[in-house]
Amino acid sequence: MNEKAVIAPIQTSEGYWRGVLRRLSRDPVAMIAFAIILALILMAVFAPYIAPADPIRGSMLRRLRPIGTPGYPLGADELGRDMLSRLIYGGRLSLFMGLTPVLMAFVIGSGLGIFAGYVGGKINTVIMRTIDIFYAFPSVLLAVALSGALGAGITNALVSLTIVFVPQITRVAEAVTTQVRNRDYVEAARASGASGFTIVRVHVLGNVLSPIFVYATSLISVAMILASGLSFLGLGVKPPEPEWGLMLNTLRTAIYVNPMVAALPGAMIFITSISFNLLSDSLRSAMDVRQ
Amino acid sequence: MLLYALKRLVYMLPVALGVSLVCFMLVHITPGDPLTAVIPVDASAEVQAEMRAIYGFDKPLPVQYAIWLGKVMLGDLGTSIATGRAVLGEVMRAVGNTLMLAAVATMIGFFFGCLFGFVAGYFRNSPIDRIASLLSVLGVSVPHYWLGMVMVIIFSVQLNWLPATGAGPGGSTDWTWDWVHIRHLILPAITMSVIPMGVIARTVRALVAEILSQEFVHALAAKGLMDRGIFRHVVKNTAPTALAVMGLQLGYLLGGSILIETVFSWPGTGFLLNLAIFQRDLPLLQGTILVLAMFFVMLNLLVDVLQTALDPRIQRG
Repeated sequence: MNEKAVIAPIQTSEGYWRGVLRRLSRDPVAMIAFAIILALILMAVFAPYIAPADPIRGSMLRRLRPIGTPGYPLGADELGRDMLSRLIYGGRLSLFMGLTPVLMAFVIGSGLGIFAGYVGGKINTVIMRTIDIFYAFPSVLLAVALSGALGAGITNALVSLTIVFVPQITRVAEAVTTQVRNRDYVEAARASGASGFTIVRVHVLGNVLSPIFVYATSLISVAMILASGLSFLGLGVKPPEPEWGLMLNTLRTAIYVNPMVAALPGAMIFITSISFNLLSDSLRSAMDVRQ
Repeated sequence: MLLYALKRLVYMLPVALGVSLVCFMLVHITPGDPLTAVIPVDASAEVQAEMRAIYGFDKPLPVQYAIWLGKVMLGDLGTSIATGRAVLGEVMRAVGNTLMLAAVATMIGFFFGCLFGFVAGYFRNSPIDRIASLLSVLGVSVPHYWLGMVMVIIFSVQLNWLPATGAGPGGSTDWTWDWVHIRHLILPAITMSVIPMGVIARTVRALVAEILSQEFVHALAAKGLMDRGIFRHVVKNTAPTALAVMGLQLGYLLGGSILIETVFSWPGTGFLLNLAIFQRDLPLLQGTILVLAMFFVMLNLLVDVLQTALDPRIQRG
């Protein structure tokens, strides 16, 4: 349902979205953040064509080479693998692990929240009180608890992170839907005989999806940090796959030998997370969503 | 007021019960049961069944939950499979260390968060505001486990000013408030304080900017009140929300300390969680999560009630 749901408001209120894009394009911070994110995504997608070396195969003779070594522009890691290539390839899993949970939580959370907000009554109470329970855990703790119990691995980490973000999005979705549901135009539509489904599709979705979307984008930065954090703890991606959080973990002991190289993967996470944060902030003011 | 506190307490009970259910289920969403990790693979079926009966894993889940909850109420969180000691004792020892770290970090974060927030809100839309706001965005965007590593690289490896790991000399875990121990606290506490600093700075900036644009401030200025007098009004209006955010941040830090504790080998709950996860010690994992989550639930209640008490404008049903 959400493929359609996301597209619907664009078709019905083109003027609004054009205005948002215009405001965004005049915001230099947003444009820089967007350019960085685009570059990171392109880098991840075209990794095999850009990376100068194999990210997995290393050489024990060339362990922990410093930045600027000929043939190793960003040095070599603790197993003598080319850092530049590993950072480029690492973007694939790191971006995937950060974006997927937010996307899944956006789909599940908005579905659940809009449903709860629209039907109201007892069903709303049951859904929202259940959500409250998961909301009662600090995010990091819940993510670590779930993936710790499920065991390390990409799928388990994705499931855990999705469960962490669903309650947060559901709460926002429920709140805005409850507001919209009590508006006069919804009442008017109901009075003129529109079915519940039509009301949700035409009147509710178009008005609630943008605030939920903006909120979801603000979670991406947290998700990136958390996803890499799980790998950093050894709960996400497993070696020898390149992933920024995992690389940071395996390079931890190298800080005494080659600190600059050891700090590189974290810098990548930082750049990604701050770009998403800045873009989300700009998007919020461009869409004039107040929360 | 008391009535409101009681109402909140009653409302909290089902949430607390739900939290305990989630913690209980943690052990049961794993393939097999907690004993799978410890029973030898070649143990006979009878021995396995006997072991399960001893630990109660042969009963239906709701019954197991009821028994487990009854024990938890009496302070029995079970026995750690890895160490063979009572989980409650292990957790309580570790919680003290984590609480100290999180509390110091929250105080540092609160101080600088308020400072940046006030300055940014007061000089809103000026270059100073932009710099202070940038600092708070950096605070909420930085992967703090990486920041911890960078701090260690700068202050321990390069400058050799402060110790890189542990909570005391020679890996001792007995805390005393002397310089030898405080030295160990500085780097992890500053690293941890970056998150609440960013969040509090953002909140305070928004509040101050909003309050300053309200009519009563113009009225005060028109009345001839000096900036310092207006500042006092702004502080009074900001304090309840800022304190509430600070309280919640303390809870988030308590629950999220595992990443920082891993970087600095801090002997707190994060260390315990690490141990529990990699030894597949599910009772220890369950107990630690339960204690931390309950802390958070109660902290939420406390913050909510205190905020209502501090801010007479909030009338809640």
